[in-house]
Amino acid sequence: MPIRSRPVFPFSAIVGQEDMKLALSIAAVDPTVGGVLVFGDRGTGKSTAVRALAALLPPMKAIVGCRYGCDPEHAAAWCADCQERAQRESLKSRSVPVPVVDLPLGATEDRVVGALDLERALSEGVRAFEPGLLARANRGFLYIDEVNLLEDHLVDLLIDVAASGENVVEREGLSVRHPARFVLVGSGNPEEGDLRPQLLDRFGLSVEVLTPSVIAERVEVIKRRDGFERSAETFVEQWRGADEALRRQIVAARRRLGEIKVPDELLEAAAALCMKLGTDGLRAELTLVRAARAHASLERARTVNLEHLRRVAGPALRHRLRRDPLDESGSSARVDRALEETFGPA
Amino acid sequence: MTAAGREAGARRDAALVAALFAIDPAGCGGVRLKSAPHALRDAWLQTVRAALPAATPWRRLPSHAAEGRLLGGLDLAATLRAGRAVAARGVLAEAHGGVLLLTMAERLPVRSAGILNAALDRGEIATEREGLALTDEARVAVIALDESVAAEEGVPASLVDRLAFALDLDALDPRLPLEPVCSAAEAAAARARLAGVELGDELVEALCATAAALGVQSLRTAVLAARVARLAAALAGRDTATEADAVVAGRLVLAPRASRAPQAVEDEPAAEPPAAPPPDGAAQDTPRDESPERTQPPQPLEERVIAAVSAALPEGLLESLRLAQAPRRGAGAGRAGVWRKAGRRGRPAGVRAGKPGGDARLDVLETLRAAAPWQGVRGRPSAAGAPLKFSSADFRVVRHREQARTLTLFAVDASGSAALHRLAETKGAVERLLADCYVRRDEVAVVAFRGRAADVLLPPTRSLVRAKRALAGLPGGGGTPLAAALDVARDLAERAQRRGDAPTLVLLSDCRANVTLEGLGGREIAQAQALAAARRLRGAGVPVIVIDTSPRPNPAARTLAEQMSARYLPLPVVDSEAIAGLVRAAQPRGG
Repeated sequence: MPIRSRPVFPFSAIVGQEDMKLALSIAAVDPTVGGVLVFGDRGTGKSTAVRALAALLPPMKAIVGCRYGCDPEHAAAWCADCQERAQRESLKSRSVPVPVVDLPLGATEDRVVGALDLERALSEGVRAFEPGLLARANRGFLYIDEVNLLEDHLVDLLIDVAASGENVVEREGLSVRHPARFVLVGSGNPEEGDLRPQLLDRFGLSVEVLTPSVIAERVEVIKRRDGFERSAETFVEQWRGADEALRRQIVAARRRLGEIKVPDELLEAAAALCMKLGTDGLRAELTLVRAARAHASLERARTVNLEHLRRVAGPALRHRLRRDPLDESGSSARVDRALEETFGPA
Repeated sequence: MTAAGREAGARRDAALVAALFAIDPAGCGGVRLKSAPHALRDAWLQTVRAALPAATPWRRLPSHAAEGRLLGGLDLAATLRAGRAVAARGVLAEAHGGVLLLTMAERLPVRSAGILNAALDRGEIATEREGLALTDEARVAVIALDESVAAEEGVPASLVDRLAFALDLDALDPRLPLEPVCSAAEAAAARARLAGVELGDELVEALCATAAALGVQSLRTAVLAARVARLAAALAGRDTATEADAVVAGRLVLAPRASRAPQAVEDEPAAEPPAAPPPDGAAQDTPRDESPERTQPPQPLEERVIAAVSAALPEGLLESLRLAQAPRRGAGAGRAGVWRKAGRRGRPAGVRAGKPGGDARLDVLETLRAAAPWQGVRGRPSAAGAPLKFSSADFRVVRHREQARTLTLFAVDASGSAALHRLAETKGAVERLLADCYVRRDEVAVVAFRGRAADVLLPPTRSLVRAKRALAGLPGGGGTPLAAALDVARDLAERAQRRGDAPTLVLLSDCRANVTLEGLGGREIAQAQALAAARRLRGAGVPVIVIDTSPRPNPAARTLAEQMSARYLPLPVVDSEAIAGLVRAAQPRGG
């Protein structure tokens, strides 16, 4: 996406939806938590929140002239071009915004993975690779609105790339591979169709959003929406302070992340909870602990405690209870029950 | 209110909607216009056009238009001529600043609805297709022409959610004229005034309270209602919206979406829990004309708005709400499964090398891509305009889904006799089967039959959440209208076949038919009709599995199964696990 000049609804002006805001903040603090799925009612500001998040992300360093935005600090993850260039010259880097790339409905495969640059092929007879959305999303966020409506062959492709962190293109005589490590953010309405379990598994956190039922909260939503529509600049200005505070909180939480202590008891507690819920594999435990750590860091704690764990257990685990896919509506309740049984009442 | 008075009121409202919409089309999102294609509809559209500024884009879009038409893409002819990529704008970008007229919106595939939704939400449209990455301004409004007649059709709920107005012109006499409520000049004046119109907090609160009282969940609807209140004030020449404007907004935006009879807000701040029994009879049995006429002098603003809007609830709404069993979330929510399927047919699933012809359609762009690198080798001059040289190895064809989607169609007997024996087990078994279907990505549909008729409890969908919800709300009791159930199931199965899908019917019943197609009692006629319906089903070539849920195997069930060449599974001792296992084994793919 080109840099958007039109104002974006401020993240801090979103009323309620604490789970969604927390999950997105956690993903911003620690991308290795692995993506956020926001599923729920219509008109609850799902995509508004994701687009607002982009404005909160602190900039990152990227190698100048690299089409994939390689990280100058992290040579092991460089693309082939950067590795080659590093032999010949010293690479310069600069500060760039973290990419938040939209994958719109109706996108075709060639634009997602990249393809032969037709223009250059026709005019110059050169076989050149034109990177796609996955290249642009490298080191950033890939956002798919209505993710449950995405075509199956694109879903397959995303599952593959999200797992390997690398996009391999073999088409039209091109053979290209480039890093494509991104945080997948999806949103959708479950009434329009379910998500493939394999894709569901790629999301670190999942949150359910419901339409607020308290009238005062609904009134507040409408007033703020109205304020934004009538004068976006003024409205954004009003919330600039709150957004700036949140951004500083995220930057500080990122910096501190490595210093946060995770006691052994907490690891054991996480393991016990996952066993209780019968989640397969280590991924659930890992995500749970990482999310709890990021949450602790956002809260300016030095050590992760049980409260941090409890707070993120729902988002980290509920979509992994796949034993009974019909029990979707009850999965949050199952996590809560397991929490109580394992650690006692909240 | 008399019928004639009501008709006149609805007619004035139709004209009012045309005026309000024309003042700020994009702000309203649009109008869902339910109407047969008759002169009144044309007159209404003409009224809108007359009130819009001159040269406002007005684009017609058939609902079956390909995604490429909506979004735009590569202009192939121009690209070849120019030797560089030339973009063709999509309909959404062409309609920027204007109105998109969506014909046969009830047939709109849910993915196309998703694209429209994105444009409505953001005022621009991003395209990532055919080698192009474009972002075009697309601030549009949608008039969704809904010509649906059958109950199971309708405009996708996600789109309806974004349109402020819903009009039903079929309720009006098509021979009478439509009197515009404002001239083009008045509309222009209102447009100029709109930005300065104030809407007080107490009116926003009143609208929210009204939405809550009517069970209108979506926040987007409340936002639209607030905008329409402003529009109404602008049209009336006011700089501050008043109670009357809020009432107009409530009547035009909220009332058509009411999902329940108005209830006191204080008693029930939260939405009704989804599993609650149908709204209590007392509130609904009250004659509906009473509420507006309650005369308690010092009513707070929001109660007055609620009362005024309640008076405008469409006729028959309360009746239909009372009849509706198993409350669903949101009217018309999620018939998406049907469109989802309808839109899938012929959708490409990538491309592959191969010869075009027969069923294989040439993908011109990919073919070009394949040929482009070789032009030098093949001796084509690199100058723009020189003809490209192709060889047969360059051809790329669109790859379609090779395997037809499977629809597993459950016909569930919820009659008294079945309920007595094992409705609970049957529900359990269907849930188990649904879980299997989920893993295989099958679609499922549920037909329930009890009492006098069979109903499509759940149209084909992949949403298990909805399947489960539909099933959980299924009550038991009444007769066994088996023939009707088989006919309904056949109708669904045939529709699936027409879309190129492969349906399988699973009938769970004790097969003791005792209700005829006419909804009357009579065991013998009912049995005969059931057998005839079974033969029709066989004629349709639908594979059937009959699960006999009687306590002891019922010979009638076996006969019925034979009539439709079905696999017959008697279940002397049954639990849901066993049923699921049997069906898995009987299905051709074997799970």
